[in-house]
Amino acid sequence: MTIKEIQDSIVEDFSMFDDWMDRYAMLIEMGKECPIIDDQYRDEKHLINGCQSRVWLHAELKDGKVYFTADSDAVITKGIINLLIKVFSGQTPEDILSADLSFLDEIGLKEHLSPTRSNGLVSMVKQMMLYAEAFKSIS
Amino acid sequence: MMDVNEIRRQFPVLDQKVYGKPLVYLDNAATTQKPLCVIERERDYYLHENCNIHRGVHYLSQMATEAYENARRTVARFVNAKEAHEIVFTRGTTESLNLLATSLERMLSASPSGDASSVEKAHQKEAARAQRGRNPLKVLITAMEHHSNLVPWQQMVKLYGGELLVAPMDDNGVLDLQAYEDLLKQGPQIVAMAHVSNTLATINPIKEMIKLAHQYGAITVVDGAQSMAHLPIDVQDLDCDFFVFSGHKMYAPMGIGGLYGKTEWLEQMPPYQFGGEMVDTVSFEKTTFNKLPFKFEAGTPNVGAALGLETAIQFLEHLDRPAVEAHENLLVKTAMEKLSTIEGMRFIGQAPERSGLVSFIIDGIHPYDLGTIIDKMGVAVRTGHHCAEPVMTRFGIPGTVRASFAVYNTLEEVDTLVKAVERAANMLR
Repeated sequence: MTIKEIQDSIVEDFSMFDDWMDRYAMLIEMGKECPIIDDQYRDEKHLINGCQSRVWLHAELKDGKVYFTADSDAVITKGIINLLIKVFSGQTPEDILSADLSFLDEIGLKEHLSPTRSNGLVSMVKQMMLYAEAFKSIS
Repeated sequence: MMDVNEIRRQFPVLDQKVYGKPLVYLDNAATTQKPLCVIERERDYYLHENCNIHRGVHYLSQMATEAYENARRTVARFVNAKEAHEIVFTRGTTESLNLLATSLERMLSASPSGDASSVEKAHQKEAARAQRGRNPLKVLITAMEHHSNLVPWQQMVKLYGGELLVAPMDDNGVLDLQAYEDLLKQGPQIVAMAHVSNTLATINPIKEMIKLAHQYGAITVVDGAQSMAHLPIDVQDLDCDFFVFSGHKMYAPMGIGGLYGKTEWLEQMPPYQFGGEMVDTVSFEKTTFNKLPFKFEAGTPNVGAALGLETAIQFLEHLDRPAVEAHENLLVKTAMEKLSTIEGMRFIGQAPERSGLVSFIIDGIHPYDLGTIIDKMGVAVRTGHHCAEPVMTRFGIPGTVRASFAVYNTLEEVDTLVKAVERAANMLR
């Protein structure tokens, strides 16, 4: 699936629920399904700054595509990063860098997160873009 | 007796819905809501009395000056200070503590025996000290301090050489008094202590701690940010040298707070900030400083908020305070009893002497997640380290969920809290 197709299906999933409690329940489920980072990367170097809870992110390039793994000590945060992983994992660096991120506004995630969590979301996206940028230059 | 519903009617902000649910406001240790009388007092000031104080010859200025000085007398009476000039208005606890850290360091490093008897003398010593270097400062604090009663002292000893001593506590959050006394033997010139811990709810035995500190010749500073709204304060009975507090945690507006200091110390201390109002005479060569308390109030003060603080004190004084204390204690006790039935519940801070709040974590659940979910159910609590990171480190946790109560909270709200935490825990597990 393309980034756009995945984003559309996430927007559809979110629009099924009216209540933000249900949407949080979905984020929590996503958190539990997050592809977990290998222990060797769970260190200071892979910590994302700007989150109230700790988030680790790692990426590798396989056959020209980027694959992300992550973890967090807070499950909602883990759900948010897994949401991003679903969108960006398995895509080429070029596609990631040119992705339209307006789906985050469409699902209303940003406005329903506390300011600190919203900053965390921005930091996560930024870190993923940095990985894509680095891989683009070597691929 | 107190009628909670009658009291709630005086706090319009409580009567609203968030995310379609009735607001349950349990973040009172961060800031309390303000009663109508306080809001109206500040509004009234700007509607009818606004003026710069202490210097105008005209009618309004004189009235505003008198109102401001009356507010000072009210604060002095509320904490039972000997003199009104022993109350310095500040922006709050943090500013009061920064003032103390800066000014006391300068006073002590200039004069180890503390025998300067006038501002002029203090300044001569200050000049002498500048030539010969500073005497190192030793400050003793407790392991449960808010960052505001830690960082100013820490930075001061780092800047000028010196040492920060920390009195430990046990697993329940009770201060180790024996270790405290042992540390006093190392000769700290200043001891700074929280009256009530903002994270653990512990009420420290400050009267005993002050007495001990004085036996070892130390100056005592009490951080009353978390106690003023809940406990009766009598600075003469406590015999503390300084007591600091914030207005906004005791139903008063933000941006106003205070510093009580014994006259003998305030007179010796050099000013903290310089500018208008705090001066006596100024030439390009030299400035002499105003008398107490104006020496410490540089610039135009927050007059409207000071009047709001006075009204907040009158609001508190009109309540049956022992009944309020009993009510708040009942809320905490009920919350703890009901929360304790939730699987994996762990209370952080279980001192027998406690005040106004409960801090907890649930095994396997991040406090931030829990706070996020119960927020969506209308329950406002604080999550995180509560500006007391060393306390979290001491207990080996990333943070806690803290529910803190005020006079207007009800037992029904405690039930809502417990149900919300239960539901969130089930979702998150």
